[in-house]
Amino acid sequence: MTDTMDQAAQPSSVSVGDLPADVIMRVNHLVKEFPIRKGVFFKKQVGAVKAVTDISFEVKSGETLGLVGESGCGKSTTARSVMRLLEPTSGDVWFRSKTRNKVVNVATAGKEELRGVREDIQIVFQDPYASLNPRMTVASIIAEPLVVHGKGDKQERLDKVKSLLKVVGLQPEHANRYPHEFSGGQRQRIGIARALALNPSFVVLDEPVSALDVSIQAQVLNLLDDLQSEFGLTYLFIAHDLSVVRHISDRVAVMYLGRMVEMADRDALYDRPMHPYTHALLSAVPIPDPKVEATRERILLEGDIPSPINPPSGCRFHTRCPIAQMGKCDVDEPQLLELEPGHWVACHFPEIKQVI
Amino acid sequence: MTQPLLRVTDLRTYFSTEEGVVRAVDGISFDLQPGERRGVVGESGSGKSVTAMSIMRLIEPPAGEIVTGRIEYKGANLLEMAEDEMQAVRGGQIAMIFQDPMTALNPVYTIGDQLMETITLHQKVSKREARDIAMQALADVQIPNPVARLEEYPHQFSGGMRQRVMIAMGLSCNPDILIADEPTTALDVTTQAKIMDLMLGLADERNTAVLLITHDLGVVAGFCDTIQVMYAGGIVESGSGDEIFHNPQHPYTWGLLGSMTRLDQAQQVRLHSIAGAPPSVIDLPVGCRFRPRCEFAQDICGRVLPPLVETGAGRSVACHFAEELDLKAIDVRHRETEAEEVIS
Repeated sequence: MTDTMDQAAQPSSVSVGDLPADVIMRVNHLVKEFPIRKGVFFKKQVGAVKAVTDISFEVKSGETLGLVGESGCGKSTTARSVMRLLEPTSGDVWFRSKTRNKVVNVATAGKEELRGVREDIQIVFQDPYASLNPRMTVASIIAEPLVVHGKGDKQERLDKVKSLLKVVGLQPEHANRYPHEFSGGQRQRIGIARALALNPSFVVLDEPVSALDVSIQAQVLNLLDDLQSEFGLTYLFIAHDLSVVRHISDRVAVMYLGRMVEMADRDALYDRPMHPYTHALLSAVPIPDPKVEATRERILLEGDIPSPINPPSGCRFHTRCPIAQMGKCDVDEPQLLELEPGHWVACHFPEIKQVI
Repeated sequence: MTQPLLRVTDLRTYFSTEEGVVRAVDGISFDLQPGERRGVVGESGSGKSVTAMSIMRLIEPPAGEIVTGRIEYKGANLLEMAEDEMQAVRGGQIAMIFQDPMTALNPVYTIGDQLMETITLHQKVSKREARDIAMQALADVQIPNPVARLEEYPHQFSGGMRQRVMIAMGLSCNPDILIADEPTTALDVTTQAKIMDLMLGLADERNTAVLLITHDLGVVAGFCDTIQVMYAGGIVESGSGDEIFHNPQHPYTWGLLGSMTRLDQAQQVRLHSIAGAPPSVIDLPVGCRFRPRCEFAQDICGRVLPPLVETGAGRSVACHFAEELDLKAIDVRHRETEAEEVIS
């Protein structure tokens, strides 16, 4: 998307100096496709789900980058690809590794190198019911990353577990209980404690509060805020709830059908959105205030989201876009361009519009 | 005021489980007027869905039971009706839309079959007429090419389209009351906006009363005239949308509003959070159910369950200190940030 981004070196690791000092991760031209195979024996590939197509972005050290979009837009695939939980089809993910003390290309790193990186990057999952093994005690769940990475002896690990429980607002006595003894909010705290066990610098939060009730959501969001300032964490926050993202993020990126359509500082994105999809998305979010709601106008989109197996030509949003111009938008794919300092938009006809 | 369309009086719906009796709905009363849009909000386990299931008499003994109470539809108590009379009401006069359009439709029948089943059950029409009504119903919910779509199966519809079919089915017999239980929770936000617009537009045209059950305060703010807030099986507060959002009188409502993230909130403020979690409905606290989490609780709250009392026109609150507390004057978020600054 920019010249500077293409300058990234070829080998899988370079010295710490190669990323700007304030950048912890740079994603270059990331692509992830899931092959569709047919047949019993040969499993011939007949197509691909183009989940993520050529996206590039940077994450600055200590910030929270919110990644938003509707189901199927590729936000979770992006997050999982940058930490190699999914194998990227192509592209680079340069990451400043604290444990390795150098910049590593996560996308191509070998097994040994990846192991080091995995200490630095951790993830908290959406579903606090499915992401904790019901047969393991809380202590063994939280200590598992320590065991896998061979950290400390038994006693040291137990001490670490107890201090982590305190950090996330649970009691050290809870260590010997099982997940079913906890409520959804408490379980999510356990998941967060597990993610913090290896002292990571970068945490992927994949819809961490979507399954929680509002009053519990607030508790967990406040906790995430506290942990970020206490441990200097960088967050990649995936969510479909735009009001939660506004609350927690420093910068926000919007995705549609595998493409990044807009990225900006938080207030710029919410107050001066430029992409017609961002306009529609923001205008659709209800605000809990009848007086405000009475004066708002919604931009309703035509039709459903197209299939990522066979995405539309040109701009992927042109089939539903209220301002699309045929002959241009259905032919040329718009590039993500920096139209204002720090404000990136992929649209042929960008326009600042207040929709909140 | 005229006789309400629906009057629920002291409804109690309990479920017996191995751990004990779950008092899912425990003594709620409210009215629904013709054409009213009433929002029922609360967190999981507050009893809002069981309220809807009770009205539809979909609570199956022996697991669950409506222990006491009256549910009067146009003056007739639904709880005393014979099952065949109830069948006529259910789907005919009171229709319901469920949260999950994936499971609410039968995958082995066509959309047309399922729509026509509802129609022929409640209206004396020929098969051909039923088909025409079904087609019109699909057209009303803006499904393109309704004639062809009648022959298709649920899996050929997207989530938003399925929810349109559910709305078509719900409204096909022109009910007086439409109960929508989290109708857009499973949908994306741009689809949600379209579905809510459509559903309420149709309800307005036909003067259908809507009981909208949701956990999303944003959705009720945009679409409801009146709101009742539920907590642990009881109604803690009810009133007009403006009143609930701008002058909450129950500490739970007040706390809930403070814990919401808002799209239009530019300033990054710390969220107010209600301490603890909702109580287990098996082991409800004595006295006020919100007491263990309430920062204003006093002695009496631990002894006496506060009744829902009228505090103004169309306005009721279940709190011992509703009159004394001036919650509006306490800016929940502002105060919280100040307190924290002092600590750090």
